[in-house]
Amino acid sequence: MKRSLIALFFFALLLIGGNVQLWAQASDWKDIKIPPLPAFHPPQPKRIVLPNGMVIFLQEDHELPLVDGIARIRGGGRSVPANKTGLIDIYGEVWRTGGTKSQTGDQFDDFLEQRAARVETGGGIDSTTISWSCLKSDLDDVFKAFMDLLQNPEFRDDKIEIAKKGMYDSISRRNDQPDAIAAREAAKLAYGPNNPYARVPEYATVAAVKRQDLVEWHHNYVHPNNIILGVVGDFDSAAMEARLRQVFGSWAKGPAAKDPEINFTPAKPGNYLVDKTDVNQSNIYMVGLGTTRKNPDYFAISVFNEAFGGGFSSRLFSDIRTTKGLAYSVGGGIGTGWDRPGMLRLVMSTKSETTVESIQALEEEIADLDKKPITEEEIKRAKDAILNSFIFRFDSPEKVLQEKMAYEFYGYPLDFLERYQVEIQKVTKEDVARVAAKYLHREQMPVLAVGNSSDFDKQLSTLGPVTKIDIAIPPPPPGLMGDQGGQQ
Amino acid sequence: MRSRRVLLIVLVFCFSSLAFNQDLVSFEKRITVKKLANGLTVIICERPEAPVFSFFTHVDAGSVQDPLGKTGLAHMFEHMAFKGTDKIGTRDYEGEKKALQRVEEAYAVYLAERDKRINRDEQKLKQLEKAWKDAIAEADKFSAAYVNEFGKIVESEGGEGMNAFTNYDETGYNYSFPSNRVELWAYLESERFLHPVMRQFYKERNVVIEERRMRTDSNPIGRLLEQFTTESFAAHPYHRPTIGWMWDLNSFSATDAQKFFEQYYVAADIVVTLVGDVKASESMPIIEKYFSRLPTRPAPDESTTTEPPQKSERRVVLHDQSQPIYLEGYHRPDSYSPDDAVYDAITDLMSSGRTSRLYRALVRDKQIASDSAGFSGMPGNKYPHLFAFYAVPIPGHKPEEMATAIHAEIERLKKEDITDEELRMIKTRSKANLIRSLGSNEGLASNLGLFQARYGDWRELFRSVDRIDKVTKADIRRIANQTFVPDNRTVGVIEFAGGPPGVGAAPQGGGQ
Repeated sequence: MKRSLIALFFFALLLIGGNVQLWAQASDWKDIKIPPLPAFHPPQPKRIVLPNGMVIFLQEDHELPLVDGIARIRGGGRSVPANKTGLIDIYGEVWRTGGTKSQTGDQFDDFLEQRAARVETGGGIDSTTISWSCLKSDLDDVFKAFMDLLQNPEFRDDKIEIAKKGMYDSISRRNDQPDAIAAREAAKLAYGPNNPYARVPEYATVAAVKRQDLVEWHHNYVHPNNIILGVVGDFDSAAMEARLRQVFGSWAKGPAAKDPEINFTPAKPGNYLVDKTDVNQSNIYMVGLGTTRKNPDYFAISVFNEAFGGGFSSRLFSDIRTTKGLAYSVGGGIGTGWDRPGMLRLVMSTKSETTVESIQALEEEIADLDKKPITEEEIKRAKDAILNSFIFRFDSPEKVLQEKMAYEFYGYPLDFLERYQVEIQKVTKEDVARVAAKYLHREQMPVLAVGNSSDFDKQLSTLGPVTKIDIAIPPPPPGLMGDQGGQQ
Repeated sequence: MRSRRVLLIVLVFCFSSLAFNQDLVSFEKRITVKKLANGLTVIICERPEAPVFSFFTHVDAGSVQDPLGKTGLAHMFEHMAFKGTDKIGTRDYEGEKKALQRVEEAYAVYLAERDKRINRDEQKLKQLEKAWKDAIAEADKFSAAYVNEFGKIVESEGGEGMNAFTNYDETGYNYSFPSNRVELWAYLESERFLHPVMRQFYKERNVVIEERRMRTDSNPIGRLLEQFTTESFAAHPYHRPTIGWMWDLNSFSATDAQKFFEQYYVAADIVVTLVGDVKASESMPIIEKYFSRLPTRPAPDESTTTEPPQKSERRVVLHDQSQPIYLEGYHRPDSYSPDDAVYDAITDLMSSGRTSRLYRALVRDKQIASDSAGFSGMPGNKYPHLFAFYAVPIPGHKPEEMATAIHAEIERLKKEDITDEELRMIKTRSKANLIRSLGSNEGLASNLGLFQARYGDWRELFRSVDRIDKVTKADIRRIANQTFVPDNRTVGVIEFAGGPPGVGAAPQGGGQ
């Protein structure tokens, strides 16, 4: 690189009347000076705790004249009884579409769309949400609609019917796409088929959900002490705080939401097959249980994941995709959940004719962690990637707000992000080798292939015993959809 | 295919037209445009919210430019733009260059034998294939220790969201960097289009073939869209898949990709846009310094044919291991058409949110579909293309019912004026959608770059909203009557064809 710099210098001397700046061009990226990044202290949201236990974060952002808010409420799909799986999805939809005691959902649609504003609700695995988004000048109107839906939802039957039909539709379509089948069945293998993070709604469990279930859910969970509210946008914090204190201050506490006991029961190691005859590519998963971000191993795991299966630079991408040309999509790592184990997984898709070869290639990647441990160079690159892109975790007021709300919800210290940065810097080669050895055990991991087994390069059974997974959709209870059959 | 969920997720905000005009004024102050001597356009938009920036490189070449028999080449080159340069990704470029040349020679001989129509010598073919693969192994030795070096540099320097796309109309490259790396970025991005190297080409071709298997061959909706698009266009290159036909993917060479690059990656057809914490006064000279190195080349021949009027309805029906889907498309003019805004208004009216006509008719009232919408841009929009409608029937309902219900809504558009409230809603939302898109570096970079490239002026992004503001009820009826006629229609349907036991079982008792 020195030689070419000198050549450029001479070239510049030879240029008469040319661009004199030319000599300054770097010819090697390492020669380019990178000035220090200016200090950046993103605005921090104001945290308020009301006497009734409601937590509020206020984050001003005056770039655009908009105000958005979201309330996250404790309790979600993981607390739903198995025989009503799907309840939380129906609740999340009909909470909004079903309107309130004084207005139907359709009336809300018209009211909000005229203002290009939104109030939306949703049901998740550990929480439900209700949010709004509007122009600053419409805040009074839209906030009123938000409050009405938060406190007086009606869950009208006609909208429950529409929500259920949508659910039946997705159930009927869940075996159409091979990647969706693979993701679903892999979760069952990693967590156990009845685990709330893996189970899926069936016709019968959706049919079992009644209006009363939705009303009771709301009654049981929507209490101020279960709510974290975040507001971001073009407002004055003092005025907003006064408004929210006035509206929410008198709301009485209710029973606290309890986190359910959840069992994680990974499947026995071995090979699992879903045969799909209309594809020419196999979706492969190798799975196990990961851990949580509260685990002190989390920081070493982050570095390991980046080096092993993260981006362009990772081993899986470089070996399986770039060097071997076996896959377009490949990745993996030790999953880390907020308050439950994430999924340990190696994932790829490859043509039917290289299915077994690819499973073996993934096995080799795991074996290599022992034989050719992640090097200092790989670790440096992984840490650089995490630390140099760290700014993108808080480069907008909204992102900062979302981080804080997540820490609050899952009981993390509010300065977790700053701690993370410090801890990542400390991670050593030994730490990375230790977590790889601790969590990745090929002999304990079930392997799933969703594909056209008659075209596989070798029988899957050459790798060991094979369990075929039956993905047939249990038929709907009699009469469930029959009355719709003849409708024009 | 867009899903209703996606449509619903799009956040919209309303905006008075005063505030909107103020916004254009504020952008005028923050945007600097410079056309370099070689024809390349640079846009810098200052948005100093946080010490980061995003860029978008727009290249005015897409799969429409793929040569005959080499479909997928534009997309293939896009993959190759991540393979490094003569300085990045090799231990000795001079040696590697010769080795790569030998790969091309061996491949050409192999291909000639492979594609012989008569007297092909299978024994010889095996030898030639081996010679080609041996040559690849030799060439790979130069880069083996530097695999993905380009991506490694970007990632370890803090690059975020590194990606690229190719569609029928254009190719785009993007990522974000901390703001202290403008010069590093300018170096990397200009080098990539100054000295791209077609290394590991045939491995990457296999990667792209896997992408085709994933997106098209093994996905029922992918299969439907490919057949539907092929059927809709008889003459125009829109009938060919961007990902490429399998035969072509297994045929084109690194030499072809290099030629495509030299022909179409012309500086005058490239617009580079930066948005974020960058000062034009400081950054423009740096960017100019690096990007001026791109040579001035003649403008490529981008002439193509115009699709002739369609004279009769066309249909593709896939009997597939998938629940049914209904799709139909009508030919419409390109995005330069003075009526473009009218089509945008129709899209919004028919598809946007829970007040949209298709949602209300098919999902809410008739309760025959889980999702339905209509939109332009099938499969591109730079050339005359399709306005498409789709509906997803819920169990127990058939594609024909979707057609009937969609056609009833189309008839309403033709025969009745839309209401004042509807027209107001469309206009409010169009302003809101624009404003919403101004709040992120990535979104701004791609929008400003696209509009600059398409119309020669980034301000068109703002003017497009003015044009929607001028749309009348009569315009909507006129365009609906002109466009949505049966002879101008292509229909694509997936019919459930059963499957092996346990897969895709029919959901309803006796309905099927």
